[in-house]
Amino acid sequence: MTSLPKDPPKKKLGLVIDLDICVGCHACAVNCKEWNSGGHSAPMTDTDPYGADPTGVWFNRIHSFEVENKQTGGRTVNFPKSCLHCEDAPCVTVCPTGASYKREEDGIVLVNADHCIGCKLCSWACPYGAREYDEDAGIMKKCTLCVDKIYNPNLPEESRVPACVSTCPVGARSFGDLGDPESDVSQLVASRGGYDLMPEQECRPTNKYLPPRPKRQGGETQSAPELMPVTDSSAGVIARWVDKFLSA
Amino acid sequence: MHPAKSVIFFTTASGAGYGLLTLIIAANMTGLFPEVFWLGFAGYFASYVLITAGLLSSTFHLGHPERAWRALTQWRSSWLSREGVMAIFTFLPTGLYGLHQLFFPEISPGLMALIGLVGIIACGVTVYCTAMIYASLKPIHAWANAYVPAGYLLLSLMTGAVLLNSLLALFGYAEVIVETLAILALVAALVWKVAYWRFLDNTRSISTPESATGLGEFGRVHLFEAPHTEANYLMKEMGFQIARKHSAVLRKIALGAGFILPFLLILLGMYVGGFMAMMTASLAVIVMAIGIVTERWLFFAEARHTVGLYYGAAHA
Repeated sequence: MTSLPKDPPKKKLGLVIDLDICVGCHACAVNCKEWNSGGHSAPMTDTDPYGADPTGVWFNRIHSFEVENKQTGGRTVNFPKSCLHCEDAPCVTVCPTGASYKREEDGIVLVNADHCIGCKLCSWACPYGAREYDEDAGIMKKCTLCVDKIYNPNLPEESRVPACVSTCPVGARSFGDLGDPESDVSQLVASRGGYDLMPEQECRPTNKYLPPRPKRQGGETQSAPELMPVTDSSAGVIARWVDKFLSA
Repeated sequence: MHPAKSVIFFTTASGAGYGLLTLIIAANMTGLFPEVFWLGFAGYFASYVLITAGLLSSTFHLGHPERAWRALTQWRSSWLSREGVMAIFTFLPTGLYGLHQLFFPEISPGLMALIGLVGIIACGVTVYCTAMIYASLKPIHAWANAYVPAGYLLLSLMTGAVLLNSLLALFGYAEVIVETLAILALVAALVWKVAYWRFLDNTRSISTPESATGLGEFGRVHLFEAPHTEANYLMKEMGFQIARKHSAVLRKIALGAGFILPFLLILLGMYVGGFMAMMTASLAVIVMAIGIVTERWLFFAEARHTVGLYYGAAHA
């Protein structure tokens, strides 16, 4: 159970996140919370939600990073992060109870809420911080890749994607089978140089990130003319005196 | 990493218990342990109280302690599970040997020696499994190294030796070999601890903000805005800050109380002997307990997790 599947899953469902497109609106995180509050891992408990120090369970979070570079100038990159459904998922192998498992059929990493003892070791083992502890339920929770949505026959075909993907207003998130080199997501990763986060941790994450495109150089862009100040400094003594008097 | 009190107590108490148990069995097998019933009884009793209290306390921080039995099922992959299985198994050979030593010392000494040996090995393997729970966590640079299992084994032996020394002194059977062993273990553990801190201060995780985001090719990466205005579970559990502020002072306390003072006290006891030796040996245990709890608190609190890289840490 807690061991990883003997034959690595052929199907590897996962997300491709385009850092060039993401505008950091947090809509994916909000819709994630919305869907999962009624789904497989519900509820997504909040502690002190309307108080001074609210905290709660989130499966998806949007960070913003600044990249400093004297030559090319800095850039700000919005950075959504959720479970990467790793092929060598350390959160699965450290689990002492077998509650944490990786599905053979599609590679999704899930937690069995009835078996989890809430020892938190999986959250220590995950280098990415994809694991959450639910204080109320006393168990670990995590992104399910909306397993209760993507296979749901009651939903129209086009809605059978994770909540974060269906809600993204700019199309920065794609969902598909990363185990199939012919799939749209695999083609996208290949054409844009998609990469793994922290490959040195050797978890072999399924989710891929697409780098921001290089900035356009040279004369391709034209700046708008500089704005002129609204106040007219050449106003006469009386006008300036009136302005000073009324502004006081 | 957040230093949970229950886990600090578990690792220190059960570590000392296994160390004491190992040394009692070894001492009895080599004929060094005085054949005094109440002394032997007190030794086994203290060992099992420390071990059992530690194991029980480790279940206190669980979200569902009533499901703790499930933690014994995944020994194929999980060091935590292996630790649980080994801890329970260890009661068998050590308990049998204890009964033999206390009540039936004349019955089949050959077989009992073999069982004692199995018990000693089981104690060592259990402590090793405890250490590997931490040493197998790659995202934590402070833990995923060979210093950690070596240190857990060494500290278990050291705390066990200081305990055995005080026990013998209390019953008036102070033994030069045990005093010497305690002193040597204290010195070895001190050297190890200093080397470990040097390693911690001079090396860093291979992961960086650049590798965590994959944005290194564009320049130096630092956090601009965190996902929340408030702290979340990850920051509370993995981003513990307090120790780093006071680590220099706390390290001095750990070194002084955990190693240097017990060393001096036992040395003094060897020199003065008699009633004073009883006092110094007991005092050494109390002082060492304070030092070792501080040492273990730092072991957790000083450890940085790679998730910090997503929350503004410049290194992990």
